[in-house]
Amino acid sequence: MGIFGRSPQARAALLSAPPFVYALLLLAFPLVAIILISFWTQNGLTIDRAFTTANYREIFSGPIYIWGNATRWGLLPLSLFVSATVTFITVVLAYPIAYFVSFGVPTQRKSLWLFLITIPFWTSYLIRVFLWKVVLGYNGVVNTGLLELGLIQEPLSFLLYNLNSVIITLSHAYAVFAILPIYVALEKIDRSLLEASQDLGENRFTTFLRVTLPLSVPGIVGAVLIVFIPTIGDYVTPELMLGSGGRLVSNLIQAQFLQLNNWPLGAALAIVTMLAVALVSLAFILLNRRWLRGRA
Amino acid sequence: MRWSALRIYAMIYLAFLYAPIVLLPLFAFNDASIIAFPLAGFSTRWFEQLWTTQALHQALRNSLFIATLTAIFATLLGTCAARAGTMPNFPGKRGLLGFVMLPLVLPEIVIAVALLVVVRQVLDLTLSNWTVIAAHTVIAVPFSIAILNGAFQNLDPSFEEAAMDLGETRWGAFRLVTLPLVVPGIISSLLICFIISLDDFVVAQFLTGSNPTMPVYIYGLTRFVDALPLIMALGTVLVTISVSLLVIAEYFRRRGVARAGLKDTGGFL
Repeated sequence: MGIFGRSPQARAALLSAPPFVYALLLLAFPLVAIILISFWTQNGLTIDRAFTTANYREIFSGPIYIWGNATRWGLLPLSLFVSATVTFITVVLAYPIAYFVSFGVPTQRKSLWLFLITIPFWTSYLIRVFLWKVVLGYNGVVNTGLLELGLIQEPLSFLLYNLNSVIITLSHAYAVFAILPIYVALEKIDRSLLEASQDLGENRFTTFLRVTLPLSVPGIVGAVLIVFIPTIGDYVTPELMLGSGGRLVSNLIQAQFLQLNNWPLGAALAIVTMLAVALVSLAFILLNRRWLRGRA
Repeated sequence: MRWSALRIYAMIYLAFLYAPIVLLPLFAFNDASIIAFPLAGFSTRWFEQLWTTQALHQALRNSLFIATLTAIFATLLGTCAARAGTMPNFPGKRGLLGFVMLPLVLPEIVIAVALLVVVRQVLDLTLSNWTVIAAHTVIAVPFSIAILNGAFQNLDPSFEEAAMDLGETRWGAFRLVTLPLVVPGIISSLLICFIISLDDFVVAQFLTGSNPTMPVYIYGLTRFVDALPLIMALGTVLVTISVSLLVIAEYFRRRGVARAGLKDTGGFL
């Protein structure tokens, strides 16, 4: 019988092997490679493979990447700030929706609501970002609409080509990522706990504050991480919404690889960014560990 | 139906989610080359222009080729992982399967850049549709696993045991009993992976060869002001395809849940 005759554990291991080996070759190995190349240097068209920390020294010296100066922030802190703002807005707006679907919708209608919420997420990301540009632009839908109605005399210029538009677009794009983890956490809450709380004299609002909200923290933490981490790497939205002038760290990584052709510096930037994101995420998890403990 | 404040908020939120997408067909059928209100009148000329643009057709063929193979590879790997997930634990199984899910929490640009370095610097291969397929598979596998986990975990293991007691081989039991029960999940996974690959821009921009995929082609168009209505028309077509596939995927997912004799509680993820 060969492999089919082995113990169930052995067969489980055998089945896990193909996806794991694939991830090892196309994920782990590339991540090691990018760390390696970040310690090399670009020398014209060729890459000098002598070990050096020059790229990291360049990132940590000077105002561009991290430290900033009196008039503008460093790119990395600015990007972290944009991502954090997007995350905050997205999660705060998403919580009531998740709460509504979990508590306010009859069981048989829940999957319809979830389906309706997920549909926009599955439509072309590029098209969605581009649509916001059309909506918010100088000659965009909002401006031409308001002009037509006579509500404004000249187009509003604060809508596009600044960080507001980036934040609006990203909050729209990542909405679903925030709703689903919170919804799952709310669904897990034992409904009898809420009854018990009200039997013990709490009203609906204090029950929410003292029972529902603390029990849904794992979902909130999941939502925060799943929005915060990918938005840092999103370069399409800033590029389309900020025009060629404004840039975030993700644009710079992309440019080092595709236009400026300095891969080692791009790799070092990507690693520094990932480390910063990991640090912020860990700090956030630690801050909430009180509510995460004991509940997987 | 109760019109509580929460329900009204939910309606407004849904409107916000759908607002940009609703504009697509509005301007795609608009008889003007600028995107602005008021609308000028009905026209299908942008769709006719799509029909006659050769470069676009090439990009579409590339995208369909890449998406089809990505869907197959990702679902095959996802099936292995989801099936292993329901089997007895061996040491390190959770870590192993958790690692495969890692792309869900990695920024796409990091995956793209890392693979670009490997392909060009380490292996010294040329970029082609195959490099995009390999990368898309990495990204799509976690989604496939998430969908198929639902399908496999719903199964009662005693079905397969019964088949083997009645004389089927292990493979026969899997093929005749388990597979038909998870087919809806597999179809749903194929469709979702197909959409992920079809929509992906970031990875494709880094790893595409001389022939761009559809999103990369669209991105090139965004630089030209007079191509805006064309993008609207193209977007309308793409969104229609995605939504149709989604409705089919959801249909099969629900049928799978119903076949396993369970109550439907959730969506895809």
